[in-house]
Amino acid sequence: MEHYLSLGIKAIFVENMALAYFLGMCSFLAVSKKVSTAIGLGFAVIFVLAVTTPANNLLYQYVLKPDALVEGVDLTFLAFLSFIGTIAAMVQIVEMALDRYAPALYGALGVFLPLIAVNCAILGASLFMQERDYNFAESVVFGVGSGVGWMLAIVALAAIREKLRYNQVPAGLRGLGITFMITGLMAMGFMAFSGIQL
Amino acid sequence: MQWLRKILDKVGKDFQHGGKLEKFHAVYDMQDTVLFTTADTTKSGSHVRDGMDLKRMMVTVVVAMLPAVAMALYNTGYQSNLAIAAGAHALDAWQEAVFAALGLGYDPTNLLSNLVHGAVWFIPIFAVTAIAGGIVETVTAVIRGHEVNEGFLVTMFLIPLITPATVPLWQIFVATVFGVLIGKEIFGGTGFNILNPALVARAFLFFAYPAEISGDKVWIAADLTGVDGLSGATWLSRASSAGMGPEGLGNLDLMDAFLGFIPGSMGETSALACLIGAVILIATGIGSWRTMAGVGIGTIALSMLLNAVGSETNPFFAVPFYYHMVLGGWALGTVFMATEPVTSPFTDTGKLIYGFLIGVLVVLVRVVNPAYPEGMMLAILFMNMFAPLIDYFFIQANIKRRAARYA
Repeated sequence: MEHYLSLGIKAIFVENMALAYFLGMCSFLAVSKKVSTAIGLGFAVIFVLAVTTPANNLLYQYVLKPDALVEGVDLTFLAFLSFIGTIAAMVQIVEMALDRYAPALYGALGVFLPLIAVNCAILGASLFMQERDYNFAESVVFGVGSGVGWMLAIVALAAIREKLRYNQVPAGLRGLGITFMITGLMAMGFMAFSGIQL
Repeated sequence: MQWLRKILDKVGKDFQHGGKLEKFHAVYDMQDTVLFTTADTTKSGSHVRDGMDLKRMMVTVVVAMLPAVAMALYNTGYQSNLAIAAGAHALDAWQEAVFAALGLGYDPTNLLSNLVHGAVWFIPIFAVTAIAGGIVETVTAVIRGHEVNEGFLVTMFLIPLITPATVPLWQIFVATVFGVLIGKEIFGGTGFNILNPALVARAFLFFAYPAEISGDKVWIAADLTGVDGLSGATWLSRASSAGMGPEGLGNLDLMDAFLGFIPGSMGETSALACLIGAVILIATGIGSWRTMAGVGIGTIALSMLLNAVGSETNPFFAVPFYYHMVLGGWALGTVFMATEPVTSPFTDTGKLIYGFLIGVLVVLVRVVNPAYPEGMMLAILFMNMFAPLIDYFFIQANIKRRAARYA
């Protein structure tokens, strides 16, 4: 139990997807103008991560791993392709569900919802899972933890940007420029956790 | 003072609207408003509600900080003299040459010697901070056509207080420029910053030049090599390796730590000086007692929890909360940095929660993270990031409540 708890905390704070690995930057920077939208995207990412990481884990454990499917056959070269396939299918399902049950959020997320399919944070989690050889339970915890960490980062950034709307930011830095600066400073804050061994 | 006014008026003509140095009005205006109250008044009806303007607010914080500055001067010299009296060598630096030339001798019982010895280390750092920050403030004000305001005043005092005495001056210069420019000016200047500029400067130093700002060698301005029984390590790093044992906090006099006669960053050692500052800030209504109380409660709660849980591998778990409060940057950070009104939440309950989480994080970083025995700076920086979010939720809740009331 303790092992899973520390794995989760590590995924949220120490190895934060957005601010320690800088994964999923495109939507992190683009969909962080409003807190409510950021929360929506955050939950979508948590959901997709929570489903795809364990799904890919099963795929890896029982099909792709050396000797998993057929004795003497190593299919790991297919990892990228099959992981992305799983992710794309999952995102499609999420998209249809949102369109049906939360049309307002669907409209607000716009093109970034289908873009979750190519969000590097999602694929990154699956690849970390493969690299670190997590078992099924670990991959569930890691997927959810990574999603929560990413959501925490984007919601905090969105709140900062909402506050920043009244600021007299120098003309050349308005928009993406200052957002990159904030991201950098936030990453510095997150370094409080770097070095924690769990 | 009439002659000074006349000189300023005479020089000032060129800087006024239409003058040949109009572009540099900010430079003139800064000197003028520091020396005299501004003569400009509103032409139509007056809008002033309160005499508590930026200038008075900043000056009050600086006054509250003076006990810590006095302790910084005294303790820096005292620690250095104490080490040298015990057999260490004076550092090979121009500051020591200046001190030697004054002929006061390295006597830890001599008040004047301690003060002057501290001053030769403190004042250069303070001057470099002031110059670096002044340059950035003035240049950005000129570029934007604003007036230079008092926003840098507190940062200027904070940066020397939170650095060790031996930090190279050029690093202070670079860090101050980074802190003021990236931490504040690019967000629009005073009142718009997300993170505390002094802490951004400190964090920049910490991550860019770790050798000069962490470890065992930098806290006492003396060369300790080859001296038996002397360690330059701070009490926090001793606590992180040995907890409450005889090698750790076992032989630390709690009163010494409270008064500040221990090695550390120059202005951070004395909890008493910060307590005096806290009284001034709370009495004048500038610092929020909610934030300070929150930090206290958070620290007590988590350290007592860790005391109860215990750990066989990590001796820091056993350190009680009152040691957390008197060691390291806890007191200075709680009183002067966590309470900064711009970077903390604006809502009252938000301040309590913000403080509480800082308190929790400090203990967490100190105890659980083996890389950093001190966590105050990083805890405040981390919570600065989440202050707007805390506000957001309280404001939304308030809007909902009011909407329900009038529905």
